Amino acid sequence: MSTEPVMRYTLDITEDISVERRNFTQGIAALAGLTLAPGVFLYCAAEAKPDDQAVSSQQRWGMLVNTNNCQEDCDACVSACNEENGLWSLGRPATDAQWIRKLNVKDRQTGHVTSMPMMCQHCEHPPCVDVCPTGASFRRVDGIVLVNKHTCIGCRYCMMACPYKARSFIHEPLQDQLPHSPRGKGCVESCTLCVHKVDRGDNNTACAEACAKEGHQALLFGDLNDPESEISKRLEQFGGTQIRADLGLNTGVRYQGI
Amino acid sequence: MACSVLLSGAVSGGPEDIPPPKGVYSEDTLCVEPVEVMRRQHFDYILDHRDRTVVEGIRTKQYSLIGCIDCHITPNAQGEYARYSQDTHFCASCHLFTAVNIDCFQCHADRPEEAIRKAQEPDVKAQQSVPELHETLQFSTITFDR
Amino acid sequence: METVRFSTIDARSAQYWVLLGLLAFGALVGYLAAHHMDVEGHHITGMNNQIVWGFPHVVAVFLIVAASGALNVASISSVFGKIDYKPLARLSALLAIALLVGGLIILVLDLGRPDRLIVAMTVYNFKSIFAWNIFLYVGFIFITAVYLWMMMERKMNRFTRSAGFAAFIWRLILTTGTGSIFGFLVARQAYDAAIMAPLFIIMSFSFGLAVFILVLQASYAWTRRQLGDAIMDKLRVLLGIFIAAVFYFVLVYHLTNLYATEHHGVERFILVDGGIYTFLFWVAQIFIGSVVPLALIFVKPLNQSRHMISLAALLVIAGGLAQLYVIIIGGQAYPLVLFPGMEESSSFFDGVVGQYAPSIFEILLGVGGVCVALIIVTVGIAILEFLPESLSDKALRLDPVTS
Ligand code: SF4
Ligand code: SF4
Repeated sequence: MSTEPVMRYTLDITEDISVERRNFTQGIAALAGLTLAPGVFLYCAAEAKPDDQAVSSQQRWGMLVNTNNCQEDCDACVSACNEENGLWSLGRPATDAQWIRKLNVKDRQTGHVTSMPMMCQHCEHPPCVDVCPTGASFRRVDGIVLVNKHTCIGCRYCMMACPYKARSFIHEPLQDQLPHSPRGKGCVESCTLCVHKVDRGDNNTACAEACAKEGHQALLFGDLNDPESEISKRLEQFGGTQIRADLGLNTGVRYQGI
Repeated sequence: MACSVLLSGAVSGGPEDIPPPKGVYSEDTLCVEPVEVMRRQHFDYILDHRDRTVVEGIRTKQYSLIGCIDCHITPNAQGEYARYSQDTHFCASCHLFTAVNIDCFQCHADRPEEAIRKAQEPDVKAQQSVPELHETLQFSTITFDR
Repeated sequence: METVRFSTIDARSAQYWVLLGLLAFGALVGYLAAHHMDVEGHHITGMNNQIVWGFPHVVAVFLIVAASGALNVASISSVFGKIDYKPLARLSALLAIALLVGGLIILVLDLGRPDRLIVAMTVYNFKSIFAWNIFLYVGFIFITAVYLWMMMERKMNRFTRSAGFAAFIWRLILTTGTGSIFGFLVARQAYDAAIMAPLFIIMSFSFGLAVFILVLQASYAWTRRQLGDAIMDKLRVLLGIFIAAVFYFVLVYHLTNLYATEHHGVERFILVDGGIYTFLFWVAQIFIGSVVPLALIFVKPLNQSRHMISLAALLVIAGGLAQLYVIIIGGQAYPLVLFPGMEESSSFFDGVVGQYAPSIFEILLGVGGVCVALIIVTVGIAILEFLPESLSDKALRLDPVTS
C-alpha cells in the first residue's frame, strides 16, 4: 500500500461563472461593437442565450421546407449536413448514416415529381422517444429531438418506430469525429437540427445556410413559438403541411407545396 | 496505490514527449480547478457537465470536454497531434498507464477541431452524390396501392 | 398422483457429457460471434439502416414466445386442475425459464452497446413497452422459480395452485407485451394491428408446446425412462388444437388487413410478390408449419407413430421461425409509406424493398442462444428432481390409448 496521504477534496461543481461571463460579455461586446461597463449585460445585443442558461420551452425550433424552391438535382443541404457533422461515407450505402436525404415523390397519375429534403421531423410527440427503453431518445424542451448517446444501448427500437426513417445506426467504429458532433459505433443518431449551432446563437442550420447559398431558399429555420419570426409569419400566411399528419405527431418540420 | 501512481506519474512529468497545454485557465488557477483536484476528480466534473449539456443545453466552457481537449492536446515539435490510441496523448498517457478504460473517445473527438479537419483533408471522401445513388438504387422501386 | 416419483437423471454417462459438451461449444461459438459483431460493428451482419432487426431477433423472439408457451403444461395442471399433466409441470416450468434466458441473452448480445446492459437495467422510460418487457421478463423468471419451488418442496405444495395462477397470468401479460413491441409501431404498415398481441399469445401456446414435446421425448429416450402413449396422445391432440388456433388467427389477421385499403400494399407484398417473404409465408409457415403437422397429428394412420409427433413438433418450430421471420424482417423490408399513393425514391432506400440476408455471425448467435437454453435444461434435470421416473400409462394410471 502507498504510504502517501490520500487527499480528498469535496466536489463543488459550481462553475466559475465570473470567468465565463467575462468571456461572454467580451464576446457580445465585440459582436455588437459596443463598449460595456464591467458587469453590464446587454442581452439584446445578440440572440444567443448565455452559455450557462438552460434551454427553455419558450422556443420551439422548427423548419419550413418550400418544395417549390427545392431543385431535384440539388443536394447542397445533404452535403452541407455531412460536412457540418462529419458524416464521412464509408462507401456502404446500406449502413452509412444519413441525417438528411433528398426524397423524390412522383405522382403516378400526373408524372409530376416533387423533390424535398427529408430528415428528423422533430416531432412534438415523437414515437422514437416513446419507445426508447432507457430514455436515451429525448425531446429537449426547445423541441429538438436528440439521442443521448451516453445512455443509448443500441437496441434500434426507435428506428423501428420512427415513421420517417430519419434515424441511422452506426454500424462500425468511427474515428476523427468532429468535436461538436460526437458519434460512435453502436448508437443511433439522427438530425440534431444543428443543435450546436442553435446553442451558439447562429439561428440557422447548415442545410438551410447551404440552400440559401445555392440561391434556392427552400429551407427556413426558426422559432415556431415566436409569432414575429419569419418562419411563423410564413406559416401563418401560407400554411404548412406535416408529412403523415394522420399520426398526430405535430412535427416541427413543415412542408409547403406538397 | 492509484494515488501514488497518479502523483509520481503525472507530477514528475510522465513521458517527456507529451506537449504542454496551450495555456492557463485564469490568473489564479492553471487548470479549471486546482491541479490536484483535477487529477483526482476530473471525471466528476466532466460527467456532471455532460448531462447538463446534453439535456439542458448548457454550454459553459469550464468543464466541457471540448475545452479540455482544446487546451491539453497540442501539437508536438513536428506539428503532430497525438490520438487517444497513442501514449503521448494527454488523456491516454495516464489512462493507459493506470489501465483505467474510458470510452469517451469512441464517440468524442480526441483532438481539437483543427487537427481533425487537417487529418481529413487529403482523403475527405466526398459523399456519393444523390443523382448517382438514385441510379444505383432504382432496381426495385415498388409501388403502393391505395 | 402422490405416487409419481421424481428423480435426477444420471449425469455420469459419456452420452450426457458429449451432449453437454456440444451445447457448450455451440454457446461458446455464439458468444464469439456476438463478440466479433461488437468489435467490428454491425456492418458485418446482414442488418442495415433499413432492416434494423434481423435474424437474432427472430430467434430471440421465438425463444421468448416459446418460453411462455412452455409453461402451459404446468398451468393446465395447476390452474385448470387437469391432474394428468401434473407430473409434467416441473419440466414445463424449467423449460420456460431456460428458453427465456436463452432468448434474452441473444437480445442483449445483439445490442449496439451490450456493455451498457447495466443502463438498460437501471434507467427506465416507463412509456416504453420495451422497458416494461424488461420487467416482465425478470418477473417471469422470478415467479416461475417460486412456482417451481412450491411444486418441488413438499411443505409448500399447498401454495402450488396460487403460484401457478400467478405465473399463468404473468405469462399472458408477458406475451401480450412481446406482441405489443410490434403492435405499437403504428407507422409500420405490417405491424399496425390490434390482433398482434392475441396472435402472439396463441403462437406461444403452439411453439412452446412443440419445444416441450421434443425436449420431453429426447430426455426420456436418452435416459431410457418410460414415456407412455397415453400422455403423449394428450400432448399430441393439444398441439393439434394450438396449431389450428394459430392458423385461424393468421387468417383473421390477413383478412382484416385486406379489408383496410391502406394495408393492401403490405398484404400484397407478403402474400403475392414479396419474394422470399411470400415463399416463407406460404411454403414454410402455412404448408410446412401448419398443414403438414396438422395432417401428422390428426390423419390416421400417420398419427399412430411416436416419430410423427416429433416430426410435427419439429415442423411447428420451423414454421414458427418462418412466421417470425416474415413478421419481423418482412415487415421491415416493406418500405415505409411517407406519401400514400405516390412513388418515392431517394438515396436512402425510400420506396425500395429492404435487402436482407442473415450473416453467419447472426445465425451462430441465434444457435448459441438455443444452446444456452438447452444447457440450462440439461444441467437442471441432472441436479434437481424435475423428471418423473416413469411416465408410463401404468405409472400415471391413465387408460391406454384405444384409438
Ligand atoms: S422524425 Fe423520427 S426521429 Fe425525428 S422525432 Fe419524429 S419519430 Fe423521432
Ligand atoms: S437505439 Fe438507443 S435511442 Fe434508440 S430506442 Fe434504443 S436505446 Fe433508445
